[in-house]
Amino acid sequence: MAESTLKIGSGEAIKENKLGLKATDYGGGKSTLCAACGHDAVSNQIIRAFFEMSVKAEKVAKFSGIGCSSKTPAYFLSRSHGFNAVHGRMPAVATGAILANHTLIGIGVSGDGDTASIGLGQFMHLVRRNLPMIYIIENNGVYGLTKGQFSATADEGSKLKTGVINDLPPMDLCALAVELGCGFVARGFAGDPKQMVNILKAAIAHNGLSVIDVISPCVTFNNHEGSTKGYTYSKEHDELLHQIGFVPEYEPIEIDYEPGTARVVEMHDGSKIVLKKLEEDYDPADQVMALQRLHRATANGQMLTGIVHLRPEKKNFMEMLNVVDEPLNTLPLEKTRPPKEALEKIMRDLM
Amino acid sequence: MQIKENNVSETLMADVAEEVDARTEPIVNDLTIHVATVNGSGSQSSNNVLMRSIFQMGVPVSGKNMFPSNIAGLPTWFTIRANKHGWIGRKKEVDLMVCMNAQTAREDVEALQPGALCIYDAPLNCKTMRNDVHFFEVPFAKLAADLSEDSKLRKLLTNMVYVGIVAELIGIERDEILAAITKQFKGKQKAVAANVAAIDKGLEWAKANLPRQNKWRVERMNATQGKIIVDGNAAAAIGAMFGGVTVVTWYPITPSSSLCESLIEYMKQHRIDENGKATFAIVQAEDELAAVGMVLGAGWAGARSMTSTAGPGISLMAEFVGLGYFAELPGVIWDIQRVGPSTGLPTRTAQGDINQVAFLSHGDTQHITLIPNSVGECYEFAQQALDLAEEFQTPIFVLSDLDLGMNNWMSDPFEYPTKPIRRGKVLTAEQLTELEGKWGRYADVDGDGIPWRTLPGTDHPFASYFTRGSGHDAMARYSERPADYKATVDRLQKKYETAKLFVPRPVVDTRDGAKIGFIAFGTTHWSLEEARDQLRREKGVETSYFRLRALPFTDELKEFVATHDRVYVVEQNRDGQMADLIRLEVGEDQRKLRKILHYTGLPPDARTITDAVLQMESTIGLAEPLLLVRALPTLGGTAPAVIPTIVPQTGSREVRAAED
Repeated sequence: MAESTLKIGSGEAIKENKLGLKATDYGGGKSTLCAACGHDAVSNQIIRAFFEMSVKAEKVAKFSGIGCSSKTPAYFLSRSHGFNAVHGRMPAVATGAILANHTLIGIGVSGDGDTASIGLGQFMHLVRRNLPMIYIIENNGVYGLTKGQFSATADEGSKLKTGVINDLPPMDLCALAVELGCGFVARGFAGDPKQMVNILKAAIAHNGLSVIDVISPCVTFNNHEGSTKGYTYSKEHDELLHQIGFVPEYEPIEIDYEPGTARVVEMHDGSKIVLKKLEEDYDPADQVMALQRLHRATANGQMLTGIVHLRPEKKNFMEMLNVVDEPLNTLPLEKTRPPKEALEKIMRDLM
Repeated sequence: MQIKENNVSETLMADVAEEVDARTEPIVNDLTIHVATVNGSGSQSSNNVLMRSIFQMGVPVSGKNMFPSNIAGLPTWFTIRANKHGWIGRKKEVDLMVCMNAQTAREDVEALQPGALCIYDAPLNCKTMRNDVHFFEVPFAKLAADLSEDSKLRKLLTNMVYVGIVAELIGIERDEILAAITKQFKGKQKAVAANVAAIDKGLEWAKANLPRQNKWRVERMNATQGKIIVDGNAAAAIGAMFGGVTVVTWYPITPSSSLCESLIEYMKQHRIDENGKATFAIVQAEDELAAVGMVLGAGWAGARSMTSTAGPGISLMAEFVGLGYFAELPGVIWDIQRVGPSTGLPTRTAQGDINQVAFLSHGDTQHITLIPNSVGECYEFAQQALDLAEEFQTPIFVLSDLDLGMNNWMSDPFEYPTKPIRRGKVLTAEQLTELEGKWGRYADVDGDGIPWRTLPGTDHPFASYFTRGSGHDAMARYSERPADYKATVDRLQKKYETAKLFVPRPVVDTRDGAKIGFIAFGTTHWSLEEARDQLRREKGVETSYFRLRALPFTDELKEFVATHDRVYVVEQNRDGQMADLIRLEVGEDQRKLRKILHYTGLPPDARTITDAVLQMESTIGLAEPLLLVRALPTLGGTAPAVIPTIVPQTGSREVRAAED
């Protein structure tokens, strides 16, 4: 397997970020998930990404639905407000909160049950709206919190611990997001933290909805022989689309790769994402190519990881709604209550 | 019902008309006009013009649209009631019928009271259906023939022709029709001219060809000056806008859609700032679950948020509303009640969501609910609900209904709010610094059951907390401890108790010596006030009246029941949902309660209420004064009088009124 990340800059781990905060300032409560759960690995990379990106945690709002994955917002960024919503309906709550205050940096954590089954409708409409937030699906193919039933992302033919075989085709949430016009679609693997943190940093820099499908093995119910979402199987079938490098806007870009071997995508905030080609010259802005590539990998029994689709220029929902720059929740009464003359005019029209 | 089929000659028709004309004392400014048309034929404009013309002549008026769940083709009716005393509730008896729909002509004519007037489209040949109604045959197609070459437009203009016919027949002034037309078509010259031509055609033809009638007349009076005409949904929208709403989410459902649609129009006009940007966000959601989820998410983040829906939407919102109650999230939900379920009678009115709304969701939930009875209260409560939602940090319901929401009502103009809005207990970063970061999201520091909150984005390291349902302690830490859960739900109960001091008080009209009291709410008010007047004038019975305007009940309720011998709860559902809630509230005194239930999909009328009271009053002294009025099956949109059968029944004290 090739290295999933590009070495850019000094690569040295920082101890203090630009806000003068330490990584521990981005921590959360103690996880109550099973030891070695993929979700905890994702939480750790969320902490690292927000810390290294020097994001003020007070400006972040965390959202989740119901399930093991949805418990994790309690385990990172404890200085951020968090909202554990109802099953499958986190997108609605997040949408409302971002409408109320679009300066919030929204991060939602969902699972494959929460997103692909009960919450499929809300997920799809969230994607259509391009609400500016990060939406992570911690995808393990099973319902963990209710003890191991198949989810809608379970692969056909995969086996439960009890021996039950899944007969239904899996739902590819990355392909679905691409289909619905999402401007940032990525797949990561909890077993590849370096790739994960780069995807997360790129998502933080994206000014629209970022959908990140993370294969995050369930060590208790779906990590056995016959499972296709376990650590070993996923590692063996991880097909890298490209190597990813993230360059923050304040760092000069230094790429020592031959011309034509890497694509550089400039993000809204001036940061850059460097994607180094591996087997092919992949254009992440090409929606058709993205779908083709995802489907081909699936047909070959592989799990495609990387930033599958990237269109940073897409208009987000708040821009479409043409709302004022100030957050709606803090508008003073003189801005939200029209003057007396307005009411008098309305009354005259009704007379 | 008197139905006679015989061939009445043209001459007889003229005779009858002469007879009408011969009456010396016309009934002035007290009539009901009922127009039967085909849905989608544009009759709405014609009916609005008729209604507005009468209104502009200074006569109190109301308009009720009885329409099918259909875009075009099915029958629809519009009733205009003009009444000099200001009674604007529904009246069952039709005085002037306009038959334009072949599908319903027969039943429309059959339903008329003897002596009524009936204008009809010539091919319907209504005059052969009865001989005790005054018919006026009009060749509409011929009159409309040269109004336009466009057949579609001609169809619309045909309906304007009847406006002219009606106007000539009962004396509506042409100038007022012209003013109403200009208003209806917003001054668009071409449309105004075409419609005026159609109306003039009707006026002139009627003058030259129809016999005059002198039984019902409309004459200028001065009871509507300075008043407005508006529907409850638009009134609610105006209220919400002046209440400072910023996030509105909705999913289309009759009869609530026009609330958010009106709001969109008003907001576009009045809530765009100097840079051309919106001071609001309105989102059409993918369903009601998403709509209410967005409302609660926005409320959590500190925006004034609301949605509007109807019964089926309320059902879908049940889970989220439970979360909103336990996690203490502000948001306003308008329920424009209609007959259930989704495939029921979505375009007919009801007050059937009381139980659903009062306790919506799982666990021990109870919700603050406001119940407006008028467009004025829709305006007022729209603002108050937004205040209450933020002050009490909970979903607030506003219960309207189709009759109020979609029909046009006369009202005094709305007054500009003088008080600032109330945003509730929100801690700022500065306050958190003063508190040295020591605060608990669910701590009842003020003893009123209402905790303090912080908004996401508050720039303080101790501002954050984690929001989840009921599994938390006072500091918002995860907890499944029995004592913590109990403390949470007990505090929520205390909060609901506190709300009694803040919800709109009832409007109580206690009459000296009255033994009978009425309790009603919402649109039932209009017919009930008229029924009280009937009891007073016709029977010399003075009654008291308690108009409920909110849940939770306030202390006045027990007192009202205690001070009357018999209390009739009048409402528009089958089971007496509010009466049962009142029964739980008043304890011992529940023996005084009786139910009058009207649930036909149409608004109740005063006579039905009066009759029901008299029937129950006539059984006083019997050991078991328990009644059930059964009615005959309903025919179409109009309703002739019925003779109810009285069946003694044990276990309940109620009259179920019905159309027949």
